[in-house]
Amino acid sequence: MTDTPILDVQGLETHFFTKDGVAKAIDGVNFTVRKGEIMGLVGESGSGKSVTGFSILGLVDPPGKVVGGKVLFKGEDLLQADDKRMQELRGARISMIFQDPMMTLNPVLRVDTQMIETIQAHEKVDKQTAWQRSRDALAQVGIPSPEERMRAYPHQFSGGMRQRVAIAIALLNKPDLIIADEPTTALDVTIQGQILYETQKLCRETGTAMIWVTHDLAVVAGLADSISVMYAGRVVEQGNINDVLDNPVHPYTLGLLGSVPGHNTRGQRLYQVPGMAPSLFKLPKGCAFQPRCGYATEACQQDQTVTEPVPGRAVRCCHPQVEVSS
Amino acid sequence: MSVFIIRRLMQAILVVWIMSLLVYVGVHIVGDPVDMLINPEADQAEIARVIRDLGLDRPLHEQYWYFLKNALQGDLGNSFIFNEPALKLVVQRIPATFELALAALGLAVVIGIPLGVYAGLKPDSKISQTIMASSILGFSLPTFWVGLMLIMFFSVMMGWLPSFGRGDTETIFGVEFSFLTWDGLTHLFLPALNLSLFKLSLVIRLARAGTREVVHQEYIKFARAKGLSQNRIIFVHLMKNIMIPVVTVLGLEFGGLIAFSVVTETVFSWPGMGKLIIDALHNLDRPLVVAYLMVIVVLFVFINLVVDVLYSILDPRVRLRDLKG
Ligand SMILES: Nc1ncnc2c1ncn2[C@@H]1O[C@H](COP(=O)(O)OP(=O)(O)OP(=O)(O)O)[C@@H](O)[C@H]1O
Ligand SMILES: [Mg+2]
Repeated sequence: MTDTPILDVQGLETHFFTKDGVAKAIDGVNFTVRKGEIMGLVGESGSGKSVTGFSILGLVDPPGKVVGGKVLFKGEDLLQADDKRMQELRGARISMIFQDPMMTLNPVLRVDTQMIETIQAHEKVDKQTAWQRSRDALAQVGIPSPEERMRAYPHQFSGGMRQRVAIAIALLNKPDLIIADEPTTALDVTIQGQILYETQKLCRETGTAMIWVTHDLAVVAGLADSISVMYAGRVVEQGNINDVLDNPVHPYTLGLLGSVPGHNTRGQRLYQVPGMAPSLFKLPKGCAFQPRCGYATEACQQDQTVTEPVPGRAVRCCHPQVEVSS
Repeated sequence: MSVFIIRRLMQAILVVWIMSLLVYVGVHIVGDPVDMLINPEADQAEIARVIRDLGLDRPLHEQYWYFLKNALQGDLGNSFIFNEPALKLVVQRIPATFELALAALGLAVVIGIPLGVYAGLKPDSKISQTIMASSILGFSLPTFWVGLMLIMFFSVMMGWLPSFGRGDTETIFGVEFSFLTWDGLTHLFLPALNLSLFKLSLVIRLARAGTREVVHQEYIKFARAKGLSQNRIIFVHLMKNIMIPVVTVLGLEFGGLIAFSVVTETVFSWPGMGKLIIDALHNLDRPLVVAYLMVIVVLFVFINLVVDVLYSILDPRVRLRDLKG
């Protein structure tokens, strides 16, 4: 592929300057997302997935600050863009679906208000048209009787329904990139499947690129084209989705995959990555995963460089498990 | 909605009745008006006659029963001093007090909300710190002292504003209002400012606290992620949320504003209910005091009712709960 990617994140660093010290929530993250591509972003709680999303949109609030790197959106560095430019892009060219559906909608504004304003903030259209587009978006995400639901307040929706409203809002302006932060966690399995299907179709049809943040490897397996695995603010393994899932190379990815039920033989206990996710204030020297890693050696004390042990794969580990993989 | 209002009305009636009992008994405990009313030279028979005429010889519960019967017909007795219906005397003074209280409330909102929101959005700026420090002054300085200082400065030293009475008034629907004439407005400004000072500080604090809380909510971040303008976020998404506590507290405090106007009315010789009650207390004019207190009680209850309704309009979650309940 020769065209410029929709999103090219290079060496992104976002730090939180708290009174306990500096938390390097994002510490040198690289990835690219192309037109129509869905990238799965997976990792344990606290690994920096949401902060990555906020950094791209310029929505990191103090004490956090993006301190380094580049976020190239169709070639334009968003970290250099001014407020006005970012406001133009947000919700129009790049939209984000937040993690917690219960908190993302304003409790005192009706759903139609919150949808129509999203369109009118970016386009000169009359209210009637904006209203129709909003209703269609609600229908698209599978909300029954969208016409009536438009007049409802957020508290009149269940969590799952609210998340669908948030998804509908993200779709309103036909963005080039959607950052979906665990958008289906609150939904039941059937709906989840339906939304995944719709989303994938949308990306294929309109060429919308997507970053799909999740804990759930089963979700990305069926949905994404590529995957980035994060650990303690860094991407530790990255590549084509099938390649990575069939043939994981980083010990952490191996561990994650081991904890997916389908990968275990029947009757065997579900595998857990041993130990706890590390505190960002007490990261070990070198590889952050080494205290929990079965393959750790002296060499892991050094800063890890990104290598390509298998073609098309980026791995940050000095003991890539190329031959062990199934 | 109407079920909601009817239920609140029933509660209101109950409250008014209980308060009437308390007020009536309370006022009787405070002091015996007979000594004040009767010429010290009057003989025993004369005193007895007056006491009988006023019904003061009957047991208290009988007096109350008599009072209640008349009260239901809108008669709260005649003032001992003016020998006119007490209720009429009080009601005549309501517009002046209301005008003053509303003007004070208006000032508190119009000045307080922008200042509070600003202080909430930029908590560390010098201006915000000045605003917050001033609001502490507003809380702690006694109203009468501030009133005197306002008169000293604006009226005596600068001669900009009058300090006395209502000025020219305009009559609509048989009620006089000061704010309709320029002269009246200039008369209204100082007392309104004086009365609003406390509420102004309160509004600033409430608006600031609300803003501080709301700006960190996810839905504000989501609104930013939608690419909304700063103005839209502040004036719609933020403002609508902070107005809920502000309206509730201010509504409830409106009654207090009317009660507090006693001081301001006295300082500025504003001819409202406050001045009337001070004189009535002085003379132990029981019916007038009772009438005043009953009017205040009814006002409080009514205001609470309005606040509840307003609140349910502002906060859709309350509306739903009450519809279900
Ligand atoms: N406001 C903040 N102040 C200090 N540290 C923060 C703040 N927000 C995030 N962090 C740090 O950033 C790290 C990454 O947080 P982030 O929310 O991106 O995790 P996540 O991968 O999205 O986890 P989850 O799956 O639980 O949503 C956290 O470990 C936390 O220490
Ligand atoms: Mg998260």
